[in-house]
Amino acid sequence: MKLSAFLFALLFALTPATAFAVISPDEKLSDPGLEARAREVSKELRCLVCQNESIDDSDAELAKDLRMLVRKRILAGDTNEEVKQYLVARYGEFVLMRPPFQPATWLLWLGPGAILLGGAVGIVLFLRRSSRRDENATGNPALSEAERRRLDEIVKNDPPE
Amino acid sequence: MIAETGHFALVLALAVALVQMILPAYGAWKGDHAMMRVGTPAALAQLALVAIAFLALTLAFVVSDFSVALVANNSAVDKPLIFKISGVWGNHEGSMVLWVLILALYGALVALFGRNLPDRLKANVLAVQGSVGVAFLLFILATSDPFLRLDPAPFEGAGLNPILQDRALAFHPPWLYAGYVGFSMTFSFAIAALMEGRVDAAWARWVRPWALAAWLALTIGIAMGSWWAYYTLGWGGFWFWDPVENASLMPWLAGTALLHSAIVAEKRGALKSWTILLAILAFSLSLVGTFLVRSGVLTSVHAFAVSPARGVFVLAILGVFVGGSLTLYAWRAPMLKTGGLFAPISREGALLFNNLLLTASAAAVFIGTLYPLLLDAVGGPKITVGPPFFNTTFVPLWAPLLVMVPFGPMMSWKRGDIVAAGQRLIFAAGAAFVVCLVLYGVVSDGPWLAPIGMGVAVWLVIGALSEIAWRVKLFTAPAGESWRRARGLPRAAWGTMLAHGGLGIAVAGIVGVTAWKSERIVALPEGGTTSISGYELTLEKVGTRGGPNYDATTGVVRVERGGEFVTFLLPERRRYPTERQEKTEPAIYTTGFSDLYVVLGEGNRAGEWALRAYVNPLAPFIWLGGMVMALGGLVSLTDRRLRVGAPQRARTKGRSAAAPAE
Repeated sequence: MKLSAFLFALLFALTPATAFAVISPDEKLSDPGLEARAREVSKELRCLVCQNESIDDSDAELAKDLRMLVRKRILAGDTNEEVKQYLVARYGEFVLMRPPFQPATWLLWLGPGAILLGGAVGIVLFLRRSSRRDENATGNPALSEAERRRLDEIVKNDPPE
Repeated sequence: MIAETGHFALVLALAVALVQMILPAYGAWKGDHAMMRVGTPAALAQLALVAIAFLALTLAFVVSDFSVALVANNSAVDKPLIFKISGVWGNHEGSMVLWVLILALYGALVALFGRNLPDRLKANVLAVQGSVGVAFLLFILATSDPFLRLDPAPFEGAGLNPILQDRALAFHPPWLYAGYVGFSMTFSFAIAALMEGRVDAAWARWVRPWALAAWLALTIGIAMGSWWAYYTLGWGGFWFWDPVENASLMPWLAGTALLHSAIVAEKRGALKSWTILLAILAFSLSLVGTFLVRSGVLTSVHAFAVSPARGVFVLAILGVFVGGSLTLYAWRAPMLKTGGLFAPISREGALLFNNLLLTASAAAVFIGTLYPLLLDAVGGPKITVGPPFFNTTFVPLWAPLLVMVPFGPMMSWKRGDIVAAGQRLIFAAGAAFVVCLVLYGVVSDGPWLAPIGMGVAVWLVIGALSEIAWRVKLFTAPAGESWRRARGLPRAAWGTMLAHGGLGIAVAGIVGVTAWKSERIVALPEGGTTSISGYELTLEKVGTRGGPNYDATTGVVRVERGGEFVTFLLPERRRYPTERQEKTEPAIYTTGFSDLYVVLGEGNRAGEWALRAYVNPLAPFIWLGGMVMALGGLVSLTDRRLRVGAPQRARTKGRSAAAPAE
């Protein structure tokens, strides 16, 4: 439990506290606490008509409307999660910048970890195999019959110095 | 006439590329030296022909020949000359010509400077390089002809997207492509090695300069693109996890891994087949990037389905090269002899760890970028994979990687001593710890992880310096002895120091901007003042002024600090009448350690102007770090051992080497 809380904190600690925005002064809420929440939610919502921009980053009309809507919902007393759900109900999950963890996104969320794990297992196997080969090479120098004959031949054919 | 000459040159280049693809490879197969030698003149002729086509296109842009459709759609008479030239690659068709030009340039370089390569290897490399040329020349001629005429020709062109009319962006694509396409060289070497069925230390040494050159160009290209995004897009971000950015990051990650594993292949003869696979992956990811950017698939899978000619063509190229090379790999790689053994705790082990994390992070970017497209294509729900996904997957992969970087060069080959390496790094660890603690004491705001991030940055920089200090026995030997040793150090060691130290500098910049950025958004009348992080800003006046091909609304912002005048900043909103577009032009005052970034917004009815001001601590470090990393690549590239060329290949063809493919 503690570990997962730590990991969770690690994952989110680098997300910027104050981000870049194109919001205009008149959009801002007067309560700085609520405004900060509005910014936080805005960064997690996609500007639907833009290419890969959050509504916090975009200066499109729609983004502006959505920013106003987010603030309206926050003023109405919604929690951050409720605001997001409100927008998901209207626009679908496409509006979320962080895709939810569900069967359709299992591969997405678990893929990088699975590749890391697979790679690590591969490396361990590789190292074990090569160290075993090492033992074979040093601990068991026996030659096959054919090799021994070939060696003898080479030695015999070598002209004396 | 100019356009037709260019078009004809492209067709001829295709014919020459076909020759370059077939004859040398056939010669190498049959052992016919005359045919193998065709590769060199063919590569040179291809460069000459593609250069003629490129110059013809450039000329059409410079003289504003609007009877060429591409020029009419992407240029205008009143555009400054530099943007007429950069307009050549500021569009799909022209950028593909630039792509092929750089490809031909690499081919010609290996033809000219590859004299010490064995004939068969050189022939095969040039043949593979020729095959890439064939694919992309066909793509241009079949789907993206840059020389199409327009009749009647318009009097004025449509102009170039204003955000592309920028000095840094003008040279961003050539660097980026030099990187992308540079990995075609390592790819060609990898395929040639698989065709021959042998990889040895000499092969690894021949490959390394090309991997270095491509990596260095890609590093510069990405840094320039990020810098451009920072000062152009108007809200001071430097990386957006946009698919187009990810397209360049994926080959960079794979290329960085390749650079490191090639060292193991060269010095120790181990990880050969893995190095080959990375060379294939780096170029494949370059092709994936080209596909993502050039097929229109990014805007929407449906836009791609509506006009699929280009997308399907690039997808076919992708399929042939990736599928073909991986099949060849699966078939031939088991024949490669595995080389030097090593313990897990060793230089090889550290480089393997580096490779694991770099490859996993490349995979994370790959999955995140393509997942929404694939999900949509198979009829799944439409989802967005935005920056939160990439931050959550990238940070845990990179944190251990960054911590491990200084250890790598301190370890010895085969069997390392991690305690001894740690002792050599004790000063770096101490400095990182102190910086971390001081920041916790001094800085109260920002995420709690940020001081640790700064500690990691210090750890990287001091760690990089420690390696050199240890090698030259600084302070433990007389100064003269250290000096003599420093002069004797190979350039590659200095390159490593610069690249790793530059990484630390960039990390400091990224952490600084991400964690401690401050922002102020206000509506100000003329004469109004506001303040941010110790700066007092006065919007003295808002006026209009004309540029060469735009009109601007310019704010005059007086900046003071503690009552002392600092500077005037002139943020603008520009209107481009030809292009009928607007663009905000931020104004930046930099101290070298932080940026004051001011953007002029729109005016309101009360006569007030929206003014957005940001202070971005350590922002310049991001690009400074990138440039230091690239400099490290350059210094490594000048290493005597790479210039003089590789040692002769082992002459004996014992059982040890797999039989050549014949």
